[in-house]
Amino acid sequence: MLSEDNAFTTALQLIIGLDETLVGIVALSMQVSLTAVLIAAMLGLPLGAAVALWRFPGRGLVIIILNAFMGLPPVVAGLVVYLMLSRAGPLGELGLLFTPSAMVIAQILLILPIIAALTRQHTEERWDEYREQLTSFRVSRVRAIPTLLWDARFSLMTVILAGFGRASAEVGAVMIVGGNIDGVTRVMTTAIVLETNKGNLPLALGLGMILLLLVALINAGAFLIGEEARRRLG
Amino acid sequence: MNDMNTAPTSATMLAMEGVAFTHRGHALLKDVSLSLSRHGNTIVMGPNGAGKSLLMRLLHGLLSPTHGRLRWHGQSGRPPRQAMVFQRPVMLRRSAIANVTYALAVQGTRWRDRRPQAWDALERFGLTEIAHRPARVLSGGEQQRLALARAWALRPEILFLDEPTSALDPAAIKAVEDAVIDFHHQGTRIVMNTHDLHQARRLADDIVFLCQGRVIEHNQADSFFTTPRTREAAAFVRGELVW
Ligand SMILES: Nc1ncnc2c1ncn2[C@@H]1O[C@H](COP(=O)(O)OP(=O)(O)OP(=O)(O)O)[C@@H](O)[C@H]1O
Ligand SMILES: [Mg+2]
Repeated sequence: MLSEDNAFTTALQLIIGLDETLVGIVALSMQVSLTAVLIAAMLGLPLGAAVALWRFPGRGLVIIILNAFMGLPPVVAGLVVYLMLSRAGPLGELGLLFTPSAMVIAQILLILPIIAALTRQHTEERWDEYREQLTSFRVSRVRAIPTLLWDARFSLMTVILAGFGRASAEVGAVMIVGGNIDGVTRVMTTAIVLETNKGNLPLALGLGMILLLLVALINAGAFLIGEEARRRLG
Repeated sequence: MNDMNTAPTSATMLAMEGVAFTHRGHALLKDVSLSLSRHGNTIVMGPNGAGKSLLMRLLHGLLSPTHGRLRWHGQSGRPPRQAMVFQRPVMLRRSAIANVTYALAVQGTRWRDRRPQAWDALERFGLTEIAHRPARVLSGGEQQRLALARAWALRPEILFLDEPTSALDPAAIKAVEDAVIDFHHQGTRIVMNTHDLHQARRLADDIVFLCQGRVIEHNQADSFFTTPRTREAAAFVRGELVW
């Protein structure tokens, strides 16, 4: 049995030595979460801006649902995607269950509401401020979407970072739909759970440190973006 | 009826016919009939809350009248190219020049013409040194000039200015007034609000005098200041408040 001190040293050695297993897990995590955040942003940014711009029946309900889904428990998201993708489910024929694609879908479900809801808030603030001026320019609503997104760009980058943070740090959804298959769907969080249970503390700790570093980097990024926005935009 | 030329003629650019604007049961503008000729500077005056800004927004099409209608003459009744400078300029979160090129882009100016045209406008208003600064960190006066430059770049046929000088120092006020005169020489129709009687005397060809949501008097500028037709206008010109 390794002492904790030893586990820590070994973990560092794994990181510095770019241990193959560790690198593979980190790379898959990044690939899955970056893909998810990219797709969620491509859908969520225009969706949020559209909800900010248009008044339609049921708009309030849409906003409430988006806000509520921001707090969707990851295991529930995982369960929903599992039911959709399982062999008996409506999308069972695609054979996506227990693949990285399934994990991407589950993470999109988790972070799309966050990105859409926060985008709605930020772009609506801009719209309240710009409405008269843009109407004076005879800007159409469709044309206003990219304008508002661009003018909320600093806030929205922070939103996207938050989405990425949530995607890469959650366990429940990817565990259910990915299955934590070695070399196929094992990502940082699920590996940490497994390795800790097995008593393989160095690998768990090494992954934990990388995850922590990632979260720290995301927060630093958000902070720097905020500072830059204050400096550049007044 | 106190409009100086109620019946639209061939020289009419824009006519309001029995326009009213009611909001939550409050009649904010009542039965406004007004016709604006194709040329000249119209100054809208009146006490605070009279409805001057509201009238501008209706004319510019930012709001629709709840009664009556607005008629543009010529060009098959379609509204002409127009711009508005607001009392508090709204700047996008971009550089000064990008604020101008954005407006040009929306108007449909070809991509390669936007920068040169924007640059010309900034030059006209002495803003080239701050062209690449973020628009929102500029001072109030600089932003006001940038708003004018942006309107200038759009080459409007009619320009609405809502108290464009109310927050400016004397030199900046002079610059705005010079710009208004330049717009006039370019053939742009001007409709402007001001509380400054001297400014109105300097710039106006005709005066629209509003009080409590009604057009009390629409008169040639010289007559308005020397021999106003209404008691309210006379009191206003003497600097006595009316509401
Ligand atoms: N969009 C609007 N919706 C509802 N009420 C409005 C709107 N715009 C203006 N009002 C109201 O209409 C009245 C006239 O406002 P307006 O801004 O036109 O006055 P003003 O003559 O420009 O005054 P000031 O000299 O203070 O600028 C005010 O009582 C104001 O509260
Ligand atoms: Mg006003």
